[in-house]
Amino acid sequence: MIHRNVDAVVIGGGSAGLAAALALRTAGTTVAIVEREPFLGGILLQCIHSGFGLHEFRQDLTGPEYAARFVGPVREAGIEVFLNTTVMEIGEEPTGRSVIALSQNQGVVRFATRAVVLAMGCRERNRGNVAIAGTRPAGVLTAGLAQRLVNIEGCIPGRRVVIVGSGDIGLIMARRLTLVGCDVLAVVEIQPYPSGSARNIVQCLNDYSIPLHLGHVVTRIEGRDRVEAVRIAPLSDGRADAGKERRIECDTVLLSVGLIPENELSRAAGVPIDEGSSGPHVDADLMTGAPGIFACGNVLHVHDLVDYVTEEARRCGERAAAWLSGARKDAMLPVVPGANVRYVVPNACAAGRKNVFYLRALVVKNDALLDVRVGGRQARSQKLSHVQPSEMIRFSLEPDAVPERPAGEEAVVEVSIR
Amino acid sequence: MYDVAIIGAGVSGAAIARRLSLYQLSVVLLEKCADVSFGVSKANSGIIHAGFHHAPASLKARLEIAGNRAFDTLHAELGFPFRRAGIIVAAFSVEEMKTVEHLYAQGVQNGVPDLEIVGRERLLSLEPALSRDAAGGLFAPSGGIIEPYRFAFALAESAVANGVKLNVNWEVSAAGRQGDAWEIANARGEKLSARWVVNAAGLQADVISALFGGESFVIAPRKGEEFILDKGAGGPSKRVVFPVPSRTSKGVLVIPTVEGTVMIGPTAEEGDDKLDTATTPENLERVFQLASAMVPRISKKDIITSFAGLRPTLPGDDFYIELSEKAPCFVQVAGIQSPGLTASPAIAERVKDLLKTGGLSLREKPDWRPGIPHMERTRDHAPWEIDRLVARDPAYAHMVCRCENVSEAEVVEAVRKGHTTLDGIKYYTRSGMGRCQGGFCTYRIMQIVSRETGLPLDRITKHGPGSEIVRDRIGGGAPDARRGTA
Repeated sequence: MIHRNVDAVVIGGGSAGLAAALALRTAGTTVAIVEREPFLGGILLQCIHSGFGLHEFRQDLTGPEYAARFVGPVREAGIEVFLNTTVMEIGEEPTGRSVIALSQNQGVVRFATRAVVLAMGCRERNRGNVAIAGTRPAGVLTAGLAQRLVNIEGCIPGRRVVIVGSGDIGLIMARRLTLVGCDVLAVVEIQPYPSGSARNIVQCLNDYSIPLHLGHVVTRIEGRDRVEAVRIAPLSDGRADAGKERRIECDTVLLSVGLIPENELSRAAGVPIDEGSSGPHVDADLMTGAPGIFACGNVLHVHDLVDYVTEEARRCGERAAAWLSGARKDAMLPVVPGANVRYVVPNACAAGRKNVFYLRALVVKNDALLDVRVGGRQARSQKLSHVQPSEMIRFSLEPDAVPERPAGEEAVVEVSIR
Repeated sequence: MYDVAIIGAGVSGAAIARRLSLYQLSVVLLEKCADVSFGVSKANSGIIHAGFHHAPASLKARLEIAGNRAFDTLHAELGFPFRRAGIIVAAFSVEEMKTVEHLYAQGVQNGVPDLEIVGRERLLSLEPALSRDAAGGLFAPSGGIIEPYRFAFALAESAVANGVKLNVNWEVSAAGRQGDAWEIANARGEKLSARWVVNAAGLQADVISALFGGESFVIAPRKGEEFILDKGAGGPSKRVVFPVPSRTSKGVLVIPTVEGTVMIGPTAEEGDDKLDTATTPENLERVFQLASAMVPRISKKDIITSFAGLRPTLPGDDFYIELSEKAPCFVQVAGIQSPGLTASPAIAERVKDLLKTGGLSLREKPDWRPGIPHMERTRDHAPWEIDRLVARDPAYAHMVCRCENVSEAEVVEAVRKGHTTLDGIKYYTRSGMGRCQGGFCTYRIMQIVSRETGLPLDRITKHGPGSEIVRDRIGGGAPDARRGTA
């Protein structure tokens, strides 16, 4: 067993882990990144399309280019990187935390540390999670797995493809598979509106005349050894309308039916999870309910843009460094979702400094109003021309928006969309 | 020339093969699929029944009890995942308690050990996850849970280690007498001959019987759909929970699997399509309704996958294990549905006896080895113990499947033991069986299979020829076998 002492261990070397580790290191702490894959950069490396970095760098970058902007500095900053290394357990110690990992090259590695940053990202929901009926042939795979097979291994899963769900990865793969010569026959979305961003609907489906069937479900997958067809039907009163069912012959079904923050490790470490975001409940410093454990990126909540992951992770690293240096914690007010809001992250707001929030709506709405109330009094209102659950909303509160000593014991920050 | 050819490497065929491997016989085990247990057995619910469900006069009841008793020894020898978790039958009314009394009497007559009728309070203490509406029930501590494919794999591995020849992708398509032996052929024109044939062909047992001029019967597939729930579901029950059975089925059960997930099902639907393993939305609803009535904690939110299996049933629903009266040197092992897995050790014993009755001479091998090497799994060890494994092979510290914590070394072992399809590797190691259902590990496993076997990526299949995972390569041509580490 190898022993390492560091101030902070960052679990995950994707976009969140890289930015958090850099911020920690910049603040003078010693940091180790633990990454399962043989490389840093995470899922960005299989995202060879562009569209990354418009906020962060004011440039249109591909996923690997975006990752490279962080991997270089991480290598130069003296951050210890453990590749091919999987964290098995986060433990509690009298002096802080322990992190136990298995490394292909080093065997068991045990870190003694004071802070842990959770940056494990998320996983794709799969066929079982959405209970698609039918047989279980080869040719049914998640969009992210297909992306990996196409963009890294150079393999094409099949020739005639139906995509279930209109999440962003599915939309990106509709375009990608079209470009490598496949026929993408349909994208089937259960909701009456797309799950992916408007930009991707235009650039990945409309530009290639790929039909999008909103309010439709896949009722059955057919085929014994290999997918032969899917049956799809429109929803009527929440049920598949069997009378309008039709059969699409295909050899491949891609699933893009949502992402789930991967918090099995967090739960095992006793980190409380927020029902709305499926990520850890965090305070204004992005510290979870377990002291010394911080969280950022898609393990905290599923982001729509990597630029926001970077922004959040950098702040997480900065706050973790401040906590490590023994800085006094600011007074905080709880932040709760109000009308039409699924979740707001973080779950607390610090008095006397600028606070940045991310939220997801429960509704599709035009000409909406973001309404933020502190202790019942409006602290901010902002017009939003269009709101939909698939697009994350970012807003900030200026330092003077939250009083140092909020009136009343029950003071909370409530965020609504009206 | 083999002494015995066994057709079908499901749990029955594999158990028979292992039983016969004790004797100085040459035995071949023929399987049409790409791996052992890929037919009926892989969709088994994984229960070692206690033996109270069937009437004492039936062959099923006798073999079920005898089979159950054999599992402690088999587990010690073969190391497959198995635990006597205990079985509960939960009654929800006075009427249902009457059936419980009947099951108790039947079980006692069959010889089920330590069987008890329990009142509401004891029932709820035996299984706290049970609905408070339960009235009472039956408790059979000798019932257990098992990984069906691992059991079948272990039986086959033990048989092969003791000299049995295993031929997979070998579908019997023709048979005829040559002197006093059978000549058997597959569709590729490959032939072999054997003095005796055991028909353990599951759903195809009727077809195989006809091919050899044996008795005429019809195997009807009875479909069962099952749903798997994630480990995080808190293991809603500690024991296998049965409802009070109906005439055609034991009902929808809640099964805590040996590896920590939860299985609910199966349904029971008569059909005539031996290939129909499709699940349906209607049965999903029904199974959840029935299961959550017994164990309220069960939630659809926790589903990670579903599947359907087919039970090979005969009219009358009993096993049919006899020497054929029409075909010479031919043993029928048909209608092996529930409790076939539980009964399999006793089925094998009966087949051995039938062969002896038929004139096959059985002399024990002096060097028969009952055990197979213990399979190391990283997840079974505490961190400070893993260094010992790593010293032997660093691949034990390379985690391939993050949901089930499967290391590269375990995947390599599966491949080296001949499990080269993704399903075979999944059943052997559990990689891809967890909550992400292979979303992360599929490509890693494909790389390992490619490296170990030299197969290009487009030849790697889910469950055999025709089920390739990828069909093409960008720019045309076959994908290369990737070298280096996964």
